[in-house]
Amino acid sequence: MADEENLFHHALRLGDDALILGQRLSEWCGHAPMLEVDLALANIGLDLLGQATHFLNLAGEIEGKARDADALAFHRDVLDFRNCLLVEQPNGDFAHTIARQFLFSNWQELLMKEIARAPEPRLSAIGAKAVKEIAYHAKFASEWVVRLGDGTDESRARMIAALDWMWRFVDELFDPKEGAPSLRAEWDARISRTLAEATLEVPKPRRGVLGGRAGHHSEYLGHLLTEMQFLQRAYPGATW
Amino acid sequence: MSAVAELLSLKDRVFEILSLVSDPEIPCVSVVDLGIVRDVRGQTVVITPTYTGCPATIAIEQDIRTALDRAGLSQVKIETTLSPPWTTDWISDEGRAKLQAYGVAPPLKGAAKHSLHETPAECPRCGSSHTEEISRFGSTPCKALHRCLDCREPFDRFKCH
Repeated sequence: MADEENLFHHALRLGDDALILGQRLSEWCGHAPMLEVDLALANIGLDLLGQATHFLNLAGEIEGKARDADALAFHRDVLDFRNCLLVEQPNGDFAHTIARQFLFSNWQELLMKEIARAPEPRLSAIGAKAVKEIAYHAKFASEWVVRLGDGTDESRARMIAALDWMWRFVDELFDPKEGAPSLRAEWDARISRTLAEATLEVPKPRRGVLGGRAGHHSEYLGHLLTEMQFLQRAYPGATW
Repeated sequence: MSAVAELLSLKDRVFEILSLVSDPEIPCVSVVDLGIVRDVRGQTVVITPTYTGCPATIAIEQDIRTALDRAGLSQVKIETTLSPPWTTDWISDEGRAKLQAYGVAPPLKGAAKHSLHETPAECPRCGSSHTEEISRFGSTPCKALHRCLDCREPFDRFKCH
């Protein structure tokens, strides 16, 4: 029983991370600085929504209360979401979006590699599939960190400011209780490598902000949900 | 006919029927060419999605259902599996030739492992390998944007995956 419950929460966290970041990225659709970037952000968002569907369907299956991915995505309120705080941060300027993606995708890639080897076959199947997609996301974001960091004075200043803002949400990813502490060293190495290439310094350690895994979110998540869940709130149970 | 022979012939029939079901995004190839149809086990067709978020996945399952029903095989069920994960190595030689003729550079065979370090794509129009990648993300999750530096034509390349 305890195992089932742990698995439910694990799948829910993974699904919520992917769902909320996927929704955030979809906000760029039609607004990105150029067509190629617009396509890339939409594609990454789509991959994440696909992963979210699989993880949330699995969570619903384990829970056994007839809730599928749609029910979990559209019929929960803000306190019931278990995503990390990083993914709900607003898109900000392009540098903020890239900083968020850079920190998250590098973490998610390492995490999915581990999940692909998990003993639970339903979980490992999703992990093995997702990791191939995430490698593209991490590379895309890392290339942009280098381009902006080692770019003009303006792009560099924005990249530094964006990393400084997002850095406070990193500790939550490696929280000993509900995070993945064993991945920290490899993640740090990856991040430092790319930042060095971008001629940027690793942001100074600061007190991490936590709470997303317990449902204590920033005010931004509620606003995101009002848009994402509008249709199901206005017309409950609508299908098409 | 023995039960085993009947199942064998069902498998052949299902593959024959589904080899006429086009991919909704790249209609020159069938769902069999792309390696989406994995197997027929008993009375069940096993399919696998290409990318987790590919919107065509739902359309593909519906198209397969319709094709089976039209062939009088409404008793055949469809099951989706994620494992092992789909790879472009499963695209048939015939599928690769069809993609090339359609103007989409096919993925290299056996290259799935090196998806992020691909060799230059071969232009499907003039055959030159003097090409460059414009964007790793294209009009569908499975394609990247490239440009030929000789004939100057932009083209899609099926990503190695």
